[in-house]
Amino acid sequence: MIKAILIFNNHGKPRLSKFYEHYNEDTEQQIIRETFHLVSKRDENVCNFLEGGLLIGGSDYKLIYRHYATLYFVFCVDSSESELGILDLIQVKPCRFDTIGYCLLVFVETLDKCFENVCELDLIFHVDKVHHILAEMVMGGMVLETNMNEIITQVDAQNKMEKSEAGIAGAPARAVSAVKNMNLPEMPKNINIGDISIKVPNLPSFK
Amino acid sequence: MSPSVPLQEMIRAIRSARTQCEERGVIQRECAAIRAQFRQTDNGGRSHNLAKLLYVHMLGYPAHFGQMECVRMIASPRYSEKRVGYLGAMMLLDEKQDASLLITNSIKNDLSHSNQYVQSLALCTLACMGSAEMCRDLAPEIDRLLRSSNSYIKKKAALCAVHIVRKVHDLGELFVPSARSLLSEKNHGVLHGAVVLITELCERSPETLERFRKTVPDLVQIMKGLVISGYSPDHDVAGVSDPFLQVRILRLLRILGRNNEAASDAMNDLLAQVATNTDSTKTVGNAVLYETVLTVLDIKSESGLRVLAVNILGRFLLNNDRNIRYIAMTSLQKIVLTDHNAVQRHRGTIVDCLKDQDASVKRRALELSLALVSASNIRSMMKELLIFLSSCPPELRAQAASGIFNAAERYAPSKRWHIDTILHVLTTAGGDVRDETVPNLIQLITNTSELHCYTVHKLYRALLTDISQQPLVQVACWCIGEYGDLLLKGECQETEAVQVTEDDVLDALEIVLQSHMSTPTTRGFALTATMKLSTRITDNVDRIRSIVSIYGSCIDVELQQRAVEYNALFKKYDHMRAAVLERMPVIQKNSLGQTNGELSEEPMKESQPGKVKQEETALPPQPAGQVVDLLDLLGGSQEPLQPGSSVAGSASTQLTAAPTSAGGDLLDLLGGFEPTPLAPAPTVTVYEKNGVTLTLSCEQQSESGLTVTLTASNSTDSDISGFTLQAAVPKSVQLQMRAPSTDCLPAHGGAKLTQLVVLNNPNKVNLKMRIRVSYTCQGSVVQDMVQVDSFPGL
Repeated sequence: MIKAILIFNNHGKPRLSKFYEHYNEDTEQQIIRETFHLVSKRDENVCNFLEGGLLIGGSDYKLIYRHYATLYFVFCVDSSESELGILDLIQVKPCRFDTIGYCLLVFVETLDKCFENVCELDLIFHVDKVHHILAEMVMGGMVLETNMNEIITQVDAQNKMEKSEAGIAGAPARAVSAVKNMNLPEMPKNINIGDISIKVPNLPSFK
Repeated sequence: MSPSVPLQEMIRAIRSARTQCEERGVIQRECAAIRAQFRQTDNGGRSHNLAKLLYVHMLGYPAHFGQMECVRMIASPRYSEKRVGYLGAMMLLDEKQDASLLITNSIKNDLSHSNQYVQSLALCTLACMGSAEMCRDLAPEIDRLLRSSNSYIKKKAALCAVHIVRKVHDLGELFVPSARSLLSEKNHGVLHGAVVLITELCERSPETLERFRKTVPDLVQIMKGLVISGYSPDHDVAGVSDPFLQVRILRLLRILGRNNEAASDAMNDLLAQVATNTDSTKTVGNAVLYETVLTVLDIKSESGLRVLAVNILGRFLLNNDRNIRYIAMTSLQKIVLTDHNAVQRHRGTIVDCLKDQDASVKRRALELSLALVSASNIRSMMKELLIFLSSCPPELRAQAASGIFNAAERYAPSKRWHIDTILHVLTTAGGDVRDETVPNLIQLITNTSELHCYTVHKLYRALLTDISQQPLVQVACWCIGEYGDLLLKGECQETEAVQVTEDDVLDALEIVLQSHMSTPTTRGFALTATMKLSTRITDNVDRIRSIVSIYGSCIDVELQQRAVEYNALFKKYDHMRAAVLERMPVIQKNSLGQTNGELSEEPMKESQPGKVKQEETALPPQPAGQVVDLLDLLGGSQEPLQPGSSVAGSASTQLTAAPTSAGGDLLDLLGGFEPTPLAPAPTVTVYEKNGVTLTLSCEQQSESGLTVTLTASNSTDSDISGFTLQAAVPKSVQLQMRAPSTDCLPAHGGAKLTQLVVLNNPNKVNLKMRIRVSYTCQGSVVQDMVQVDSFPGL
């Protein structure tokens, strides 16, 4: 089963942390730090599987991760997820590609679709939304759904429900999002008038 | 988008903090504000506060004061608040907190909510952090949801059920009927959940496994549908239709087909189909193929299918992706013993992998190559292995060296080849070989009398080139000492002659003696060799005398002792010198750790120099080339106990070249420790079958010595004759069997048979003994084996 799903940036700051097994807060932070350590010093060319090491709690685990620009997406799975068993510790082992790896891919692509070219800032400011998307994909440590369209449909439906509940209090937010979704013709983003001074005529006769 | 503008503002504020201290300050202020807000009863922005708290929690700051707020939010009727409340519950609550029990009721209500998304929230939370009590309470609800008509809910309920089963094993029974019926679903998500649930149930309980065997035809049907069906945009991943579901079903089939003929038969066709139809150019296809291979190898499949599976693994070996090659080799390793011939076909590729860059791939390739060595390919394989040895990473050297030795011992086509191979290994990786290699090699050399000349010449040349590899130097010194006369004679059929003078030889030995690279053991060898030469050369005896006397004052006590004793040989016992230093007899193919009980013909020689030695001596290479590894008790060796050849059961003459012997063996003949008569000791019956009883009692003689008495009696109606006992013990334990009192057991327990076994366990390993009983009763020969794991009185 999947023990944890972590997203952190190149400096180790967590952007999302979801644990499917209970650890206390200090342990959680330690796991994030340890994972960052293991993953950040890996060469880009070697495979994306890391075996061995002991998750706090004594169980063996594997890390399956992908590095996208400034973010690491890591799935910590326990060894039962793959039949290979635990091999030598510390040394990095190439092992087969995994269905979990594909799941990771789907997760990233779903985020991309939901946020429109997702970047780190999106994850920072909309952590709760990321959690909700993840909840549609992985449940209780097991992969629930890998069909991207299905996931997006469900997430959209839930968001709509929430919005419809918001009532009057949500009106400003709705207005903002309405404007955003407005299909305006392509407007020039940068109107550079140059360095002309606009003279406002003084027209007392129009007072 | 949830209206989380306040959340974003807070995040901005936190991010703008430039130092850790500033950040902590901001967070503390925010937390204080949140706490204040929580205390107010009704608040439009409750969900925002909780969202802020969750963000703070993710950064690692304490957030436990939000737990009660989560409970309140979950109970709220508004969806947005429930959503955040459940999210908070998953992050902040767990079994150990009391607050978690409070949400049980809310979850129960929400599970029956009219809105499917509320239901799904409840299911998700229960699956994530549900404690055992919560699971017990809510299991019936989940079971009800498994039967609902909504696929979305069914899918989630299935995985929730898996969590429940993991937490509370007994509840598995509850879900069996609904799990069974879920298999007829069309929706892939639900099917996936169902298969996971069934897998979990089967793994937990063998009875459930039996019941689910009936589903094999249904699973086969589903798989067939997936494999043959055309392109389906919903589930397609790089040309494979829903690989996740395929993989899950294959795993379930593996569990169901294991050890069961009928189920395996039902799957055969399907597995063949999947194996042939799946596209292996993409990694996705390879994943499915790999699962198929694992399943085929694990169930009772027919041989054609197994060959197909091995061939798929062979194809993986040629794949460019290193990961896949590694996986393939790991799987081949598991089956190399059972499907040896099939794997042999891919030997070439495996041997090529020895040259791979990656250390783990190399290791796997080495293990596989060693397993594939056989009499027919020994020469070519050894060539490859020796090339590998010269360039392999240091951590693999010891393993490679010992593997090569084993292979050479088993399949050596000729003695000369064997000696050459060992010498090659010693030259390349001498530092990584095991200690017993030196005595093994010496024994091999003495047994190959026709090659003495060749060997000593070769070793001499090796010694001249390089004296850093200690095992090689030790063997070389020993041989030069023994066969120095052959060396000096100069001529040799096998290799080109080279003129060696006495001075050259003595120079070489002296270099070894004086070199800082030589260990004390090696110098001991060299000194003894020099001494032996005194009877084999004619001119330079004085030189030898002077060397020996110099070392009489050496700081190393061992060398000093030897030198002093040799000096004595020169002075007072000169008449004995020739006899003492003459050529060693051929060393018996016997070792201390392995012996037999067929002593009715040859009584044990008590005066054998059974001096207790620490190291093991050689495993006897049987003429047929089969190594009998009796000593590997703990590995459950299936080799029959072989009666020790030639000299029965005597402790072998210690090799003077034994590296760790306390010096001067020639002059120091110790008797073995005498077994004392046994005082009555606690007995235990170790074997009782067909009227034959064998009891065992033991007594500790000394710190590591032990005497075991085996008593046999016969309670059948007919006499038993030719009763023999054979025994084997772990490697480092030394065993001597004394002669049995008799070998006939009259009927009705007329008389008993006793046999003494003397054991020495210097390394204090866990003592086990395997005893083989064989006798003739009423004209038929009976053989049986029993293993004794615990000794009474120990």
